[in-house]
Amino acid sequence: MKKRGAFRRGEGFSGPPRRAALLCALTALTMSAAPARALEGPAPDAAPRRVVSVNLCADQLALMLAAPGQLLSVSMLAQDPRSSVMAEAAQALRVNHGLAEEIFLMDPDLVLAGSFTSAATVGMLERLGLRVERLAPAYALEEIAGLIRQTGGLLGREAEAEAMAARFEADLAALRASAAESTHPRAALYEANGYAPGEKSLAADLLRVSGFASVAAEFGLDHGGFVPLELLVLAEPDMVVAGRPRDEGAARGEEILVHPALEALRGRSGVGVLPDRDWVCGLPATLRAAERLGAARRDLEAKK
Amino acid sequence: MSYGALMAVLAFLTAALFCASLLIGPGAIGLADSLDALLRGRGEAVTLVMREIRLPRALLGVMVGAALGASGAALQGFLRNPLAEPGLIGVSAMASLGAVISLQTGLAAAFALALPLAALAGALAGALLILVMAGPRGAALTLILGGVAISALGGAASALVLSLSPNPFAAAEIVFWTMGSLADRSMVHVGLMAPFFLIGLALLAPLGRGLDALTLGEDAAEAMGVGLRRLRLTLVAATAALVGSATAVAGGIGFVGLAAPHLLRRAVGGAPSRLIPAAALGGAILVLAADVAVRVIAPDRDLKLGVMTALVGAPFFLHLIARARRDGA
Repeated sequence: MKKRGAFRRGEGFSGPPRRAALLCALTALTMSAAPARALEGPAPDAAPRRVVSVNLCADQLALMLAAPGQLLSVSMLAQDPRSSVMAEAAQALRVNHGLAEEIFLMDPDLVLAGSFTSAATVGMLERLGLRVERLAPAYALEEIAGLIRQTGGLLGREAEAEAMAARFEADLAALRASAAESTHPRAALYEANGYAPGEKSLAADLLRVSGFASVAAEFGLDHGGFVPLELLVLAEPDMVVAGRPRDEGAARGEEILVHPALEALRGRSGVGVLPDRDWVCGLPATLRAAERLGAARRDLEAKK
Repeated sequence: MSYGALMAVLAFLTAALFCASLLIGPGAIGLADSLDALLRGRGEAVTLVMREIRLPRALLGVMVGAALGASGAALQGFLRNPLAEPGLIGVSAMASLGAVISLQTGLAAAFALALPLAALAGALAGALLILVMAGPRGAALTLILGGVAISALGGAASALVLSLSPNPFAAAEIVFWTMGSLADRSMVHVGLMAPFFLIGLALLAPLGRGLDALTLGEDAAEAMGVGLRRLRLTLVAATAALVGSATAVAGGIGFVGLAAPHLLRRAVGGAPSRLIPAAALGGAILVLAADVAVRVIAPDRDLKLGVMTALVGAPFFLHLIARARRDGA
């Protein structure tokens, strides 16, 4: 009998006690930081001092606007030069992977997220007592100035944000004026997997401001969708704006960007380059991309 | 129906579906325009579509289907087990793993043939593993258990490699490597597959007689002068070349190697020497039909071929089970 009991206890050791240990660890985790901050309790209108951003677009706006030392961590993508215009500045910061646990342990007083950040993560962070603010993505260039002001307001950097937003609005107006003489050649945006951003996307607005008509309208794409390569070829655009496969790591989805048919199409039309980082997020740098596309459009028109 | 007539019907169906694959696509191009562009190069954009997009897709449909159908029929003949199929016994999964590794290490970018060669090496490893595990008789239980294990291993390792890729698009491609697709393939892929496909068929062609003898049992086959060891090695090499090259360009497409021989076994009388060519055509018909179907059902979605072949193949599997139970009772 005794032997059997001992055996049973030994068996149980890998069961319930382990779960209990895990529970303890979790409880400790949730209790360690939250009460401490609840006691300090920063005044509601004071500028946050420990900001963590978990969204690529918020990362870049915060990197541009935050005071030195104010921003603790940005998302992993912010360090990727293909996705982020602020990759260099982001190298100095810790990266996060959008996981509630790692974010909580950084003990932030403000978490910047995007509208489409995982609802489970945001919900968890809010339950843990953190302040989470979500930034909407920009679907048009006009919205960018508002995003800059909003981010500045959240960070307590209103003056810097206002200056940046005003400069942005002036640049945008100048760009629109310079596109007035355009003959509106038709440009097609084409990305990995045959994705084409639609009429209501930031990328299409970028094309319009640069003086192009977007082929996406002919495909009936609102926000964007997958366009078979043969439809793109048959549309015979005047300009193909497509990315290039990355050097590191292969993906079948990017092979379409060097498909012989697309290369042949590029050979016949103008070739525009619009790296992901210039259209994924609405930023002041987005206007630089529009300026480059505008120059490519003038080259194209001069050739005709 | 005589064997000759059957082969003629299969060849006709293959040709008809090949034409359908050329003529059906998301871009509405008239019949006359399509043929004019394909054969004479009239109309720049249409020619580009016909020659660089639709032609490679149709050619790959024939080659991939024939490779899977023929290797399925040969494996079933050798193991004398109707369940032997490259997808089920893990050869396709291991070929995918080889292809994924060559792509992610940059080997395929440095040297184009590395992609089919790595897939071939993976297929070879899978085929050898299953032959070692299942033994010469290929008993159904060990074959299926071994196949499940190898498939799971190959699939998991591919998923791991893709998940660790620095390219954010790579992880989404786990579906391609398990379900297969011919979307957006080019003549480059035709060129990569063709040499291995032809070598595989050439290796498989002379095996028919030996496989026929093997249906009478190993002793009888040896008495008839069939070298089993050599037969086995050639078969493994042929299967690896066919399945490896097909998987390298089209991903893992299941059930073709199972369904094509099954559909035709009764009509050809069951002799492997007659079944292999018929199953090659049958496989081409299945893959071409599946590839036309995915373009008709969801032209802008890249619906995977494995979805269609499984919809056709799974009922055959169930039919097999039903028959096995009836025979057992």
